[in-house]
This record gives sequence, C-alpha cells and structure tokens, in this order.
Amino acid sequence: MSESQQLDADRIRTLLESEGDEIKENTRLFNSERYNAVKAVGEGAHEDNRSQAREIKADAIERLPELIDRTRKAVEANGGTVYVADDAEDANRYLAEVADDVDADSVVKSKSMTTEEMDLNEALEADGFDVWETDLGEFVIQVAEEAPSHIVGPSLHKSREEITKLFEEEFDPDESLDSAEKLTAFAREYLGECIDDAEVGVTGANFVLAESGSIALVTNEGNARKCASIPDTHVAVAGIEKIIPSIAELEPFAELISRSATGQDIPQYLSLLTPPVDTPAIDFDSSDEPHFGNGDADRDFHLVLLDNGRREMCEDDDLRETLYCIRCGACANSCANFQSVGGHAFGGETYTGGIATGWEAGIEGNDVAAEFNDLCTGCSRCVNACPVKIDIPWINTVVRDRINRGKDPGFDDVLVDGLVPDEEEPGTSLRKRFFGNFEAVARIGSATAPLSNAVASTGPARKVMESVLGIDARRDLPAFRRTTLREWAASRESRVADPERRVALYPDVYTNYVRAERGKAAVRVLEALDCEVVVPDVGGSGRAPLSQGMIATAEKKAETVAESLLTYVEDGYDVVAVEPSDLAMFRREYEKLLPEAAYERLDGNSYEVLEYAYGLLENGADPDALPAGDGDGVAYHSHCQQRTLGLEGYTEAVLERLGYDVFTSDVECCGMAGSFGYKSEYYDLSIDVGETLADQFEGAADERTVVASGTSCMEQLDSLLSPETRHPVELLDPERQ
Amino acid sequence: MSTGSVEKFQQSLSRLDTASTAVAPDELVSTVADLVEPPAVGAELPFDGLSLADAPVTLDPSPSRLSEAVTGVSGSRMGIASLGTVAVESRAEGDEFIALYPERHVVVVRASDLRTDLSDAFGWLRAEFEEDRQSFILATGPSSTGDMGALVQGVHGPEEVHVIIVRDNE
Repeated sequence: MSESQQLDADRIRTLLESEGDEIKENTRLFNSERYNAVKAVGEGAHEDNRSQAREIKADAIERLPELIDRTRKAVEANGGTVYVADDAEDANRYLAEVADDVDADSVVKSKSMTTEEMDLNEALEADGFDVWETDLGEFVIQVAEEAPSHIVGPSLHKSREEITKLFEEEFDPDESLDSAEKLTAFAREYLGECIDDAEVGVTGANFVLAESGSIALVTNEGNARKCASIPDTHVAVAGIEKIIPSIAELEPFAELISRSATGQDIPQYLSLLTPPVDTPAIDFDSSDEPHFGNGDADRDFHLVLLDNGRREMCEDDDLRETLYCIRCGACANSCANFQSVGGHAFGGETYTGGIATGWEAGIEGNDVAAEFNDLCTGCSRCVNACPVKIDIPWINTVVRDRINRGKDPGFDDVLVDGLVPDEEEPGTSLRKRFFGNFEAVARIGSATAPLSNAVASTGPARKVMESVLGIDARRDLPAFRRTTLREWAASRESRVADPERRVALYPDVYTNYVRAERGKAAVRVLEALDCEVVVPDVGGSGRAPLSQGMIATAEKKAETVAESLLTYVEDGYDVVAVEPSDLAMFRREYEKLLPEAAYERLDGNSYEVLEYAYGLLENGADPDALPAGDGDGVAYHSHCQQRTLGLEGYTEAVLERLGYDVFTSDVECCGMAGSFGYKSEYYDLSIDVGETLADQFEGAADERTVVASGTSCMEQLDSLLSPETRHPVELLDPERQ
Repeated sequence: MSTGSVEKFQQSLSRLDTASTAVAPDELVSTVADLVEPPAVGAELPFDGLSLADAPVTLDPSPSRLSEAVTGVSGSRMGIASLGTVAVESRAEGDEFIALYPERHVVVVRASDLRTDLSDAFGWLRAEFEEDRQSFILATGPSSTGDMGALVQGVHGPEEVHVIIVRDNE
C-alpha cells in the first residue's frame, strides 16, 4: 500500500467506527421511505414526473442567460434587487454590504448548500456579524464546527446522545437535554430569539421562477418561513442553475423533491414567495403596539445568483447535467458505499454523495473531486433514484478519466505505457491500468494455469501485489481456467437440430477465463430450450477499463465488441450475456461510447441469460427440459446494474416457475463492485457493505442455495459466507450435479 | 378544476395527526372558541360573510401578544384533499406570523375551496399567480424535524394543527 492509500484506509476505518452506525440507519431509512413513496404514487406517474422535470431543467440550462435576465426584470419590477455573483468571494462581499447597509448586528440563515459552498458564515463573521444557522441539523454542525455529512441531513452522522453532550457542554442548560424533544425545544427557543433579534434573514431557494421573480423553498421545520418573514431584510442565495421559467414548470418538482429526498409526498412547508411579501414588517422594539408593532419599515429583498463555475459547467458536455441536480440526496441514500461511510469520506468541500463529483469538479476543480471520486463504484443504483435522471456514474467516470489524464506521468507510467494494450496517456496509475487491462492479465493467467494461480497465491507474490498494485492480501484471487469457455464451446458440436432461436452467448472476461462453469451451464440451458448456441471469439466489453476511468480504452473495446456481435445480430442471432455488468455496458454505457445506430441495435438485441430464458419459457419452451426445483430454497442476490436495468424479476420468475422457493436480498450492492473490493484502502469498506448482504442471508444460507448473478457478488458472498455461491443459471443446468 | 371531497381531506389530515372539524357557517365562531387555547391571536379571514371579529382571538396583535399566544387562527383559500395541505397566504393581516408563532394553528378552510390533488392545486396556483397573488405557503401538518436524533413535531412552526372545514350553506 502506498502512503496515500494508507491514509485513506485509516480515514475510512475511523469513519466506519465513529459515524457508520448513524449514517447507515438514517440513509437506509430515507432510501426505503423513497421506495415506499414511489410505489404508493405509482411507478408510471413517478416516471412521468422525472421525464418532465429533466426536460424542464435541460431547457432552462440551455437558455440560462435569457432566464437570468427575465428573473432580474421581474424581481426589480417587484421592488427587489438581483445580484449575479461571479464567485463565492463576490457573493460574500455583496451580502456583507447588504448587512452593513441596514446596520445589522446579526444574520439568521435557513439551510442553504449554496451558502455552504460560499463559506458565507466565515466571511460574515470575519466582518463582525453574528451568524446563526436556524435549521436544527445545520445548527448542530455549526455548534460542533463540522462540515455537513449529507446534502439533506447535514448532521445525520450524529446520534442523539452525541448532540446532547455537545449542547450541554456548549450551552450549559439548567435542565438536562437528554431527549430529542428537549433538544428541539431548547433549539426552538434559543434560535427563535436569534431570529426575532436579527436584522437580516438569509434563505436559499430550491427553485427560482423567472417570470414572477418568485422563490420556492422546501422545508419541514418552519425556520425558512421565519427567516424570510421576520427580519425586514431578506436575502435569498441560489446558484444560477435554480432558475426555471415560471410557476407552470414547478409542479413536477413539487411532486419529486421530497419524495426523492425523504419519501414524503410533499414537504411540511412548500413556500412560494414573491418578495417583498405583503406580510407586515414586525417591530419587536415596539412590542406592545398593535399591528405587529406598527413599524414603518419597508421590506427589502435581494436575490443573489451565484455563478462560481456554473457557467463553465453549462459549456461542458459531460458536467452540464450536474446543473439539473435538485439536491435531494437520493444518490447518496441509494449508494451502498455512502450508506456505510457517509459524506465525510464520500464528499468534497461542500457536496456529498455521487453527484458531489460533478459539483466539486465544476466548482472546486478535479483535485478536490479526486479525493473521493473512487468511492463511486459505478454500481448505478443512483441512476433510477435521481429525480432528474442524471447519469451520475457517467459523471464520475468522466471525472476519473480527467483526473487520470491530469496526473503527471511518473517514470513507472512511461515504462508501463509501452507494455500495456490500452489507449491511455501516461499518467493513469499503474494500478488503474492493471485493473483496466484485466482481460490481458486473465488471458496470460489462463494460458499458464494452473501454474499462474499457484504462483499468484504464494505469500511473496501477494506481498508484491499489495505493495505495487495495492491489491489487498486478504482477498482471494480469481483462479484462472486452463480451458476457457470459448475453447470448450469450440470443441463441441451444437446439440440442437432444428432451433427455435439462435443465440450468440457473450463470453465476458470472467465467464471465459475464471467462471467458465456458469458459461457452460448457460450453453446447456439454452440448448435444452431449443436454441442453437455459439460462443463468438470476442473480447472484453470495456467494463474493466471504464471502471478505472479509462474511457478511450473502453471506447476502443466497445467498438470491437459491437462490430463482432452486430454481425451475429445481422445473421438473426440474439446476444445473451451471463455477466450483468457486461450486459449493462451494452444496454447503458455503450450509448456514450458508440454511434447511436450501433448502440440501439445492440441494446435492442441483447439479453441477460435468465431474462432470455424467461422469454423462451413464456413463448412455449418446455420447462420440463430443465431440472425441477421441488420446493428447494434459494437465497438470491441480484446484481446492482442488473437491478438498475429492471431485470432482477426475471431470475426470480424463472426460479419460481421451476418450483424453487426464492428469497431475494434487498441491499443496493454487494460491496465488491469489480476491482473495488480488492483495493487495499477500500477493503474494510467493501467488507462493511458486504456484511449487510451476508446478514440478510446468514439465517437462510443453511437451508437455501445461495445464488448471485454477478461475478463480484459471487466472490463477495464466497468470502463472507461459504465458497459455494453459484450463478442462477447453474441451477437450471440439465447436467447439474 | 375539480373540488376535492371533505371526507378525503379529513382522511388525509388524520394521517398527518391533524384533527379536523366540519361545521356549518353559523357554527364557526363557537367552534373556534372551543378549539382555542388562550391566549389566542388571529388574522381576519379572507372570506365574505365569515369573520373572527366575535371569536376569542386578538386580531392584528402586538409583537408581545403574538409571542405569548398559544393559539393562532387564520384562514386558507385552498386545501388539498389528497394531501391534507392548506395554503397560508402572505397577507397584510399577518397570516404568516399567526400561522407560525403559536404552538397551535387553527386553520379555517371552506369546503368549496378544496382541490382534489396537487395537480389541481397547481391549477389554482397558476390562476392566482395570473391575478398577481403570488406568495403562499403550502403547509401540510405540523412542523417537524429528525435532526435531533428522533422525529419531533413542533420545531420553529406549530406543534399542532387543527383544521375547521366550513360547509357551504345549503
């Protein structure tokens, strides 16, 4: 392990211990509530809202200059002021001037990630103003002097007991604050006085409506309502990307934002404010005068629109989508790694979770994104969770590629560059190139098996792998097969004389060189269901290099694979894949890597093996050609990317049809995620994530056969339970032992 | 725009732990009196023929009366049956403060002002925006937070909400 990896491993281990329990409990609660809420409103209705919301955002970002202009005109016509700030410093300076102009002593704030991004509190405090966060979560981390660990729940890494200790030390209250109720009551009273006394109230804005010059705020506590109405001066701070055309476009977002964030149908308070509002100013200095003190103060409103790198993001074809983000935190809640380690590891200067890579790369730069970007394994569970359909894994991959390319090549890199068969520039780390070129490793390993396996597993070899490549010695290495799936298939005759369908079974790298038995089972199952099966001589899909951010290499592989497989498609073959992560390449990532026509053709003609078997059985194939389940129990873990494609149900349906009793896990990911779990600094995290899955299966594993669709999932389950995990297609194998 | 049903609205409110009472117009004042825990403040209702003038609430209160009040009574010109939501309008009568400071918020909404769902409510909002009435809080249940380690109701806003639904004269 290199020194920087060691630092990462220690940091992760510390966070797993100190914050992991609270993060797990809270993010998983948000996540399951989101699933429940989406189910309750109906997948179709939810999907319609997502499509509409994405379209509105894409259009708004496309014509942002015009919308900024319209917003300015509307706010000014209402009697307010708009200030477009180039960067954080510019915005902070403007806010200090506003506070100065009204002789403010103190400023109260409601929750705003944009002001976190600006470090507004520090800037105002340096200018002599008192600043109070009034959202209770923000208040907790203000008192603790910490950074938010989650976009929606900034303090969700803290237990009630920790907050009690923190508040009792800080405020020395007369009574113990030993319950959430007492803490809330204390904060309500304390902050209530701060709000009544403040001259300036700062809020964020979840949405800005250009046509009417309105802001929309989504809150549950009521503090944003107070910050916007009690001080005479209200400053709303929002990134320029928050603008949508008008009230007519707000509806899908009102449907989506709380449902995606916390599983609520609607927030406690959805404020639509077109300031200066008609609510009278309140004057606590004349506290016995009727009409709220009969003050003669006018309400003053400022809208600060922050650029801070956003206009450049608009011009960046890969980062632009980040600007569609409505900051609901669903990408964090649906992320298995985030659920374990939280935003203090999986986050940058301000933002946390999967989308943080886009924000931090755009606002702070790639060096900040580089600190946590590798925690995204590309499992893609956030893709369906995102209310505006941002391809968050792709943003993470692109930034990883940029980070690779931005690194100064060292001597090692130049040396390696001539030896590896990839398309990368020197700079990409040796380890990334090792994992990215796994196909080449597997080819050599297989050709020299079993000697290669024996050598690789010796102590000295593992030591070298750990120190040079950062491959954790606690992980078992894949054992390469001397006879590959392709060689086996080439040596046998087709068994089906008059086939119903013709199948090109894709020999992914793992199935070909390591898990050949599941490939053989797939061939026999498809033949039993009257298919002619060929195993084409075709290489890796590009999944491995893509996962390391080696996009040029992945693109090259995609072109080669598509060219080969599409000739089979032209000849009337269906493409069937055993490994879900490769199928997901064909059906998702190839959209980014291939010309549109080639992507669509392959996407439309490729299937996961159990999805395909399901289709065959539905169309009249004889289930009696496969061994019956006879009520036997199966514990099934589907693959993350397979679930994102909506394909988990086919495996369950086929197994049930054959008479198995199926118990399916509901964790987002197994935690292995390709090379991720092999990397020394992530070993503890990978095991922590995997243990949730193992816990679900532990009771069931004695009576049930454990099956998993993905190679990584099988490896993780093998190491956590017992080394007998199989692919579901192996249960269907007519030659099954 | 369709009108949401009183029954559906009351069901939604009960899911939010929010009590509700449906009354005839001439029962309003006595119902408010029953539901008010003193001291109480109010914002005059935005409806013709319905007033809080005879109810035991201080209208247009001083800041100290507002701060001391246990109950605040205000009206809502729109309710959402499927969600149990009411609209608090930013008016010169101070609805926003009345609905925010006291621990108990009593809201008066007319049955004829109920909308079926959020989509209907947005139809209403768009029409209001056209008429230059453009500041509303869609409030659903009491204020709440999970930030102190468990779900607690009653944060910066009310801890308890009671909705009075005024039926149409028949």
